[in-house]
Amino acid sequence: MDLKLDHHTEDRLTIVEVEGEIDVYTAPRLRELLIDLVNKGNFHLLVNMEKVDFLDSTGLGVLVGGLKRVRAHDGSLELVCTQERILKIFRITGLTKVFGIYASVEEAKEAHGRDK
Amino acid sequence: MATVELTFTALPAHVRTARLVATAIARRTGVAEALLDEVRLAVGEACSRAVEAHRVHCPGEPIRIELCDDSGRFEVTVTDSAPSDDLEQAYKDEDELPAAVNGTALASLLPADTLMSGFGIAVIAALADDVEVYPSAKGLRIRMSWPAATTGLAPA
Repeated sequence: MDLKLDHHTEDRLTIVEVEGEIDVYTAPRLRELLIDLVNKGNFHLLVNMEKVDFLDSTGLGVLVGGLKRVRAHDGSLELVCTQERILKIFRITGLTKVFGIYASVEEAKEAHGRDK
Repeated sequence: MATVELTFTALPAHVRTARLVATAIARRTGVAEALLDEVRLAVGEACSRAVEAHRVHCPGEPIRIELCDDSGRFEVTVTDSAPSDDLEQAYKDEDELPAAVNGTALASLLPADTLMSGFGIAVIAALADDVEVYPSAKGLRIRMSWPAATTGLAPA
């Protein structure tokens, strides 16, 4: 399955919807989108990974790269993910300590609202 | 023993094909359903690493993957032709023939500029229960395996 990307902004939080497989072939498209969003002044990003079927270390690299970019602007990049197969790679690499990972977009929006 | 061999040009688009083939053969070999995601991810990591290395060093050379069912194990070997001097130097003790290297140990010894490559190998080491990495000037070979049913049917 190819990668589908979409995004919208709600109250200063830009929600990036990702669907499909994030791997060495598709990850550059996600990287481009994250860079474009940051260049346009979107520094608080929430990446919804609930419809992601596959994620490898290339995809992790893109997310870490995005996090570095938003942090340079005092921003944030957090994730929505409940799929065990995807969470596993975050745990293996220790990145569960680096990213805020929420169970739903609503939960993340609530936390973001508290942090504002 | 049955072996499936696949060679592919070092293009990122082909990594997905390699993952799909590996997962299909693993299922047919009798690897438990619960392990198939691990096979898919580990094979994808090994092939992604090989593709990136070939794009830098030898884009015209193919990457080879062997899928083998042998005595109750499903074994995957990914072989590239890109010089893995950085990996070799990270671990090498003496001027001897390439030796098998434990994946976790190798990943921990990688220099900072090969971080993402090491990341991939670390992921493989965590996913497969038996991983060996053979770095050399002629390329890198990653061999990994999982338990499989000797009958070719997934264990209960």
